Amino acid sequence: MSPLRPDGDDWIFEASGTRWVPVIGLEVHAQLATRTKFLCPCAYEAGAQPNTQVCPVCTGQPGALPQLNAEAIKLAVRAALALGCDVAPRSKFDRKNYFYCDIPKNYQITQYDQPYCTGGGIRLASGRFVRLNRIHLEEDAGKAIHDRGDVTLVDLNRAGVPLIESVTEADLQTPEDAAAYLTALREILIYTGASSADMEKGEFRCDVNISVHPEGEEWRTKVEIKNLNSFSNVQAAIRYEVPRQILAWESPDPADHPVQETRLYDVAAGVTRSMRKKEGEADYRYFPDPDLPPILVPAAFIERQRSLLPELPAARRERYQRDLGLSEYDAGVLTLQRAVADFFEATARLSGQPKEACNWITNELLRALSGDEIEATCIDELRLKPFDLSELLGLLAAGKVGGGAARQIFSLMLTSGRAAGEILVDLGLEQIDDEEQLSEWCREALAGRASVAAEVRAGNLKAIGALMGPVMAASGGKANPTRVRELLLRLIHDAD
Amino acid sequence: MSDWLELDAVAWRARATQGGAALCAGVDASLAAIASLDGQVQAFAVNLADSARERARALAQRLDAGEIPGPLFGVPIALKANMCLEGVETHCGSKLLKGYAPPYSATFVQRVIDAGAIPVGMTHMDEFAMGSSSENSAYETPRNPWDLSRTPGGSSGGSAAAVASCMVPLALGSDTGGSVRQPASFCGLFGLKPSYGRVSRYGLVAFGSSLDAVSPLARSVRDIEQLLFVISGADPRDATCCDLPALEPGSGDPPEATSLRIGVPAEYFGAGIEQGVRETALAALAELKKLGAELVPVDLPHTSYAIPTYYVVATAEASSNLARFDGVAFGQRASGDGSLQGMFAATREAGFGEEVKRRVLLGTYVLSAGYHDKWYGRAQRVRTLLRQDFERAFEKVDLIAGPTSPTTAFRLGERNSDPLAMYQADACTVPTSLAGLPAMSLPVGFTAAADGTQLPVGLQLIAPALEEARILRLAALLERATGAGSQRPPLAAGEFS
Ligand SMILES: [Zn+2]
Repeated sequence: MSPLRPDGDDWIFEASGTRWVPVIGLEVHAQLATRTKFLCPCAYEAGAQPNTQVCPVCTGQPGALPQLNAEAIKLAVRAALALGCDVAPRSKFDRKNYFYCDIPKNYQITQYDQPYCTGGGIRLASGRFVRLNRIHLEEDAGKAIHDRGDVTLVDLNRAGVPLIESVTEADLQTPEDAAAYLTALREILIYTGASSADMEKGEFRCDVNISVHPEGEEWRTKVEIKNLNSFSNVQAAIRYEVPRQILAWESPDPADHPVQETRLYDVAAGVTRSMRKKEGEADYRYFPDPDLPPILVPAAFIERQRSLLPELPAARRERYQRDLGLSEYDAGVLTLQRAVADFFEATARLSGQPKEACNWITNELLRALSGDEIEATCIDELRLKPFDLSELLGLLAAGKVGGGAARQIFSLMLTSGRAAGEILVDLGLEQIDDEEQLSEWCREALAGRASVAAEVRAGNLKAIGALMGPVMAASGGKANPTRVRELLLRLIHDAD
Repeated sequence: MSDWLELDAVAWRARATQGGAALCAGVDASLAAIASLDGQVQAFAVNLADSARERARALAQRLDAGEIPGPLFGVPIALKANMCLEGVETHCGSKLLKGYAPPYSATFVQRVIDAGAIPVGMTHMDEFAMGSSSENSAYETPRNPWDLSRTPGGSSGGSAAAVASCMVPLALGSDTGGSVRQPASFCGLFGLKPSYGRVSRYGLVAFGSSLDAVSPLARSVRDIEQLLFVISGADPRDATCCDLPALEPGSGDPPEATSLRIGVPAEYFGAGIEQGVRETALAALAELKKLGAELVPVDLPHTSYAIPTYYVVATAEASSNLARFDGVAFGQRASGDGSLQGMFAATREAGFGEEVKRRVLLGTYVLSAGYHDKWYGRAQRVRTLLRQDFERAFEKVDLIAGPTSPTTAFRLGERNSDPLAMYQADACTVPTSLAGLPAMSLPVGFTAAADGTQLPVGLQLIAPALEEARILRLAALLERATGAGSQRPPLAAGEFS
């Protein structure tokens, strides 16, 4: 597509002797994970039959009035605090007026000039700090469905669901920055319980603002890109749009230069296309909503919410590596979901074996969750609890059970929810340490394998594996392998 | 025809609760009066005779089964056509909402029904409550029972006409800039606009959300008090509704007026007030003085800015409130050019009347980028000044009194060609709407029109926020001393047995 390539990690583009710098900002709409909608008592669940989760308020019936959901304020404040924002002690709601069929009142209740919080930001792994300009609360629109013949159908289930819209400063420069910021933001929203932030369900939606300018010069016209429903689309759109704008500026004809506009990202074609030019764009005629008094957020409430904030994923990852000796990779896997990290921490604390707990969770447990041998698909649904896993780790550490048997017990724990010790006894999977019994199996293994014994005697200790196998088989896998090895060596050398 | 019709609501309830048969007879009397008179008065847009009889029978059974009757038990009531009663057409005087029946009932409507009142019909009004004569309607124009060639006022003209002609003892109207007080004044009734936030607005189709007040109309002070008690009180469905309990009716005996200081603003007696209105209002003030009240001159210096301020604030809010009438989800739809925006435009073009269009355009203009601060922002600042006028005045007086309307009821059609003259009809009522204060119009006498017709004059009593009780006590005192409001129009008197 474009001959332009960024010059190094800084993503500065060299074209005709000019060094072009991209400037990128992100706007994210995230649905708050409230049980009911923002301004009415309707429950909301994505995917329900159209227009079944509605009432006079969210369908905009004449005479109906909004009723503020306090839980939405609580979750929004939590998200703000986790992002280091300043929560305003007083903010208000405004009406944004525009006509469209998915917004039943033909105005959206949002916050215009007094958002509930300002400032804050996210430090990316690269070290770059992305500042937030503001976050505000607003109601979601319904859905207009245009692909059913020559009519437009409207589903108002989603109308009135609470959103927080966070707007960054234009502090980003690369597609990687954008992806890292979005990943971190999503993680924080999920950790604080503010949002489930499931992109596929539309709970986390992103718009990108992009402009480019010659290094050292003033910033130029910005273009907004919409319709970005995955992080990879965000990156792809940036990769397309930045060179497009540079080439447009390079044109000698000013008519080719970028204009302030909204563009849509066409996933199939991998390009952005102009949707509407800003000039002549709707005037939203914002004014304070007379139906809703200002939101007052007392300092004590803010402090209470602050005290309830969980440790955030970046801090956890650092602590797992520093204090528990886990690898960066493992720390990353464990903190991907707050529930997994919490499960890990509980297991590590109960068992005193963080590394073992990590291995069992990252290898066995997460694999089981993604497979279909068990019904549960997330860690909270498991019948196996941290205490159960720590018991199993204890049995392993005490040598009461071997690795193979432990895996067998683990999978029974997952399906039955029974305790490790109980399964161990029931199935007779206790490791066998009895010297007399072990010696008998070892002698049987040696019989007829004189050549192996000779090899071992000659110093090839690896050869002993050929003797271990038959012993473990004879014991049904329960023989303590350490003891068996000791006994075999003793028997071979005693035979000298 | 029936001696029921003379009764006020309190007396009506007392008689109706003597037994189920009496209760049903009372409702039948009201329905018969409607059948007999409404052809001339044209108060009702929707007749609920069938459901009213059904409700009456159900209440009668409950009464005879020993139920303790509620405060409005068995009392017929008229509701304005912008109030939601589940399943009943609420067209707001607009072609656009023809046939629209809300899927829910307003909080205040439900409270009235729970108190035992029986809605007998929905009343005519100016379209979306925009007007002062009830003529801005896609339907019939209600008449003033004192002179059928005159307006009962507006926008709650139908409700006022229904009560004044004694078809019902009680009605609810909505008052945004005077829409209950001015009709009360024109029809010789008591009409109270409560403090903003005293009564939940949930289920009142919004016109100017920061001004709208659900307001009772009645022929006695005690009825106003009862109805206010029933509809007031906190409602979680309206975030602007005060978190206060319902206003309990006071004791039957009003206190002496001797301790009361009543503010008389020169601004309310100035140019533009008809001589007969001024004289009648001054006579009422003299009556109050005789009762022992002290009359104190007060200044409300920003009064002259109230009308322009009101028309900026109310139209701005209305332009947004009425945006939902687009043909998508409810009401009538015109298809236009087939596009979505075309359907919106065609529906609104065909569905809204001239005055509604004028106000939506005005409101859209004052909120536009570049004009927002010049108009809407400035109006909000003036609104604060108006509020401060009252605060300062109430530092030295308990109540403020003046005429409710500059004129008596004018002839239908007289002002239709001049919207600005029509807007002046609200000059004395909009300041209190902008300040959110309680104000009541009470009938204090009659004055002769040019043709000799005797027409009612209303006195407006204004109190500080949430001090409705002060108004009600003084009004009751005046009512007892002078028999204010006891006269009935000849048209209604003919219906009494
Ligand atoms: Zn709802």
